[in-house]
Amino acid sequence: MKKSVLFGALAGATLAAGAAAAGTLEDVQARGKLNCGVTTGLVGFAAPDANGEWNGFDVAVCRAVAAAVLGDATAVEFVPTTGKTRFTALASGEIDMLARNTTWTFSRDVDLKFTFVGVNYYDGQGFMVPKELGVSSAKELDGATVCIQTGTTTELNLADFFRANNISYEPVPIETNAEAQQQYLAGACDVYTTDASGLAATRATFEAPGDHVLLPEIISKEPLGPLVRHGDDEWGDIVRWTLNALITAEELGVTSANIAELSAGTNNPEINRLLGTEGTLGEMLGLDAEWAKRAIMAGGNYGEIFAGNIGESTPIGLARGLNAQWTDGGLLYSPPFR
Amino acid sequence: MTTITDPPQGSFKLSMLLNDTRYRSYTFQFIALVLLIGAIAYLISNLFANLAAAGLNISYAFLGEPAGYDINQRLIEYDSQSTHWRATLVGVLNTLLVAFLACVTATILGVIAGVLRLSNNWLISKLMSFYVEAFRNVPVLIWILMINAVFLVVLPQPRAFRGDNPEATMLFDMFAFTGRGVYFPAPIFSNSLTGSAGTDWLLVIIGLVLSFFGVRQVAKWAQAKQEATGVRPNTLWINLAIWFGPLLVLFTIMGLSFDYPELKGFNFQGGGWARGSLIALWFALSVYTGAFIAENVRAGIQAISKGQTEAAASLGLRPGRIMNLVILPQALRVIIPPLISQYLNITKNSSLAIAVGYMDITATLGGITLNQTGRAIEAVLLLMLFYLIISLTISAVMNVYNNSVKLKER
Ligand SMILES: N[C@@H](CCC(=O)N[C@@H](CS)C(=O)NCC(=O)O)C(=O)O
Repeated sequence: MKKSVLFGALAGATLAAGAAAAGTLEDVQARGKLNCGVTTGLVGFAAPDANGEWNGFDVAVCRAVAAAVLGDATAVEFVPTTGKTRFTALASGEIDMLARNTTWTFSRDVDLKFTFVGVNYYDGQGFMVPKELGVSSAKELDGATVCIQTGTTTELNLADFFRANNISYEPVPIETNAEAQQQYLAGACDVYTTDASGLAATRATFEAPGDHVLLPEIISKEPLGPLVRHGDDEWGDIVRWTLNALITAEELGVTSANIAELSAGTNNPEINRLLGTEGTLGEMLGLDAEWAKRAIMAGGNYGEIFAGNIGESTPIGLARGLNAQWTDGGLLYSPPFR
Repeated sequence: MTTITDPPQGSFKLSMLLNDTRYRSYTFQFIALVLLIGAIAYLISNLFANLAAAGLNISYAFLGEPAGYDINQRLIEYDSQSTHWRATLVGVLNTLLVAFLACVTATILGVIAGVLRLSNNWLISKLMSFYVEAFRNVPVLIWILMINAVFLVVLPQPRAFRGDNPEATMLFDMFAFTGRGVYFPAPIFSNSLTGSAGTDWLLVIIGLVLSFFGVRQVAKWAQAKQEATGVRPNTLWINLAIWFGPLLVLFTIMGLSFDYPELKGFNFQGGGWARGSLIALWFALSVYTGAFIAENVRAGIQAISKGQTEAAASLGLRPGRIMNLVILPQALRVIIPPLISQYLNITKNSSLAIAVGYMDITATLGGITLNQTGRAIEAVLLLMLFYLIISLTISAVMNVYNNSVKLKER
């Protein structure tokens, strides 16, 4: 009797496991909502506004995917995750995708088994200090107390940087950006270190941003991008090509202003394929022809999303830099829509 | 002898498993057991099947790999090149440190508050009720965060000590109370006997232990003298000499001096310091659990019949001595068992440490290591094992103590 129960359980378990692996697209469509993991709040990248609406550069990726898959950019359930909880949330299936300033690394890809579908922001780790300390280089930080978010690449880079330069520091581990900001402003740490974009975004929310400086050293490469679980390539493709659609749209000059006009048909076949008036790209993805058009209409093309959330005209004021199109000397280079 | 006959050996029928009260409970227990084993087996096999489907396996090899991250409070040697296992140990020691400190202070606080709550002084007893009710009715995490925030806001940061006309100054030029922690002079030996500070301190501890036994001997002698002559000799000076004499000799030989903290660069350097995170966590756990212990103490005291107090009073004992010599020793029997649970609670609640950035085992093994390696199941199982071992050890030790104070039935 014991044996049969065991075998029954085993069989049931195997079936359940088999069913859980693939089919994220079907799950999302059946649910009618995309579960998208974001930060707990980093203005410009992902933060709820006064009305509780999530906004930001990473949020825009979630919305574009929702628009492509569900036809509704608002059909997103935003799940705030910390540096520590984000991977468990994704691995366990609590979220369908993660768009949370997450660095593409070898071990996260190969060992944690996540597929990074691309890079939406090329970044590096920087340091922020109060101006009054008179520090001009990260190498002068010997003995400093450093606030750092746990569960991030930053905490590993930091250890490496200080060891390589043979200087010491006192780490203060912190769970969220909001807490780090509070501790840093209270003076519990001398330095706050994280991705330079995150520092700029954090500084923009200070009462006196001018009292704080970013040090010139960028101590790491942090290619940030959206990711999904290994094992469902169809879903990975959808997220990857949605991101590529946003980038390609900018490259081809498709904006939220002219997209209605352009989708009537143009004499540029790549625009036509992107917007679904030519070819069957949408069908190949398991979506309809206008998937990319909806994704672009959700928040504009990559350039519009950048400018609207973190660009030079916003308080965060990030320059395009590495994140310019390859045609402008940046690293953004989407494979062709063909 | 031979007249005893066996009860009639009715033949065993299968239906008796259900109908016969002798067997029925076994039948049901057996069924429940099988179901339980089945459920557990299902869960485990489900876990393994899902892990296999996700391409994961259970392996503890990561414990041997370099951790890559730094830990602020290290009681043993550790740097970012040390292994995850080493990081785990650093975390274990930090957990044990804060749990031990909090157990000691919570007990002291609890006993004082529990006794005072029964005071005849209206104000004092009401104040103590207020303390108990305020602290045990608010979640400990809130207390930890609040106390940490208060420390951060109230105490000046090192930068306030800087400049020609600083906002804050050190106390006696020896102590600095800052939002990052408390800095204090640390004793150092300029003339080490053993070559390492650790073993030097071991010598000091051995000296203290010897003094302790010496003082016990003196007490025995005084007791004997009192019984023989009715006069208790004054042992104060002898005791002081036994306590401090050897210590002074040892300190002089080893050249004891103090290293004072001093503001250098970003932080105070030199001397010793207790991090703000440790103090906040320690303090919060102490006051929170102290409130519970106060109630245990009160219950224990009230469990002792009033006749005991009255009898002691009629012998002419003063109230303080009645409490110490008559009531508390008996009350301990009631107090110790729930006290064990409170010690276990402290240990488990210390896992909230990361809320203030204290690197206990939950923050190292269950936090950064888990996160950087992605070995969630392994890390959590190991974490459970550690807490289980720590808790069982505390229980075992406290049970030994409980057995020594409990009512001896002869
Ligand atoms: N890119 C790094 C760090 C990511 C990170 O934690 N970034 C911070 C600041 S840029 C953040 O997004 N915080 C938001 C939050 O606390 O939820 C990683 O992937 O490990």
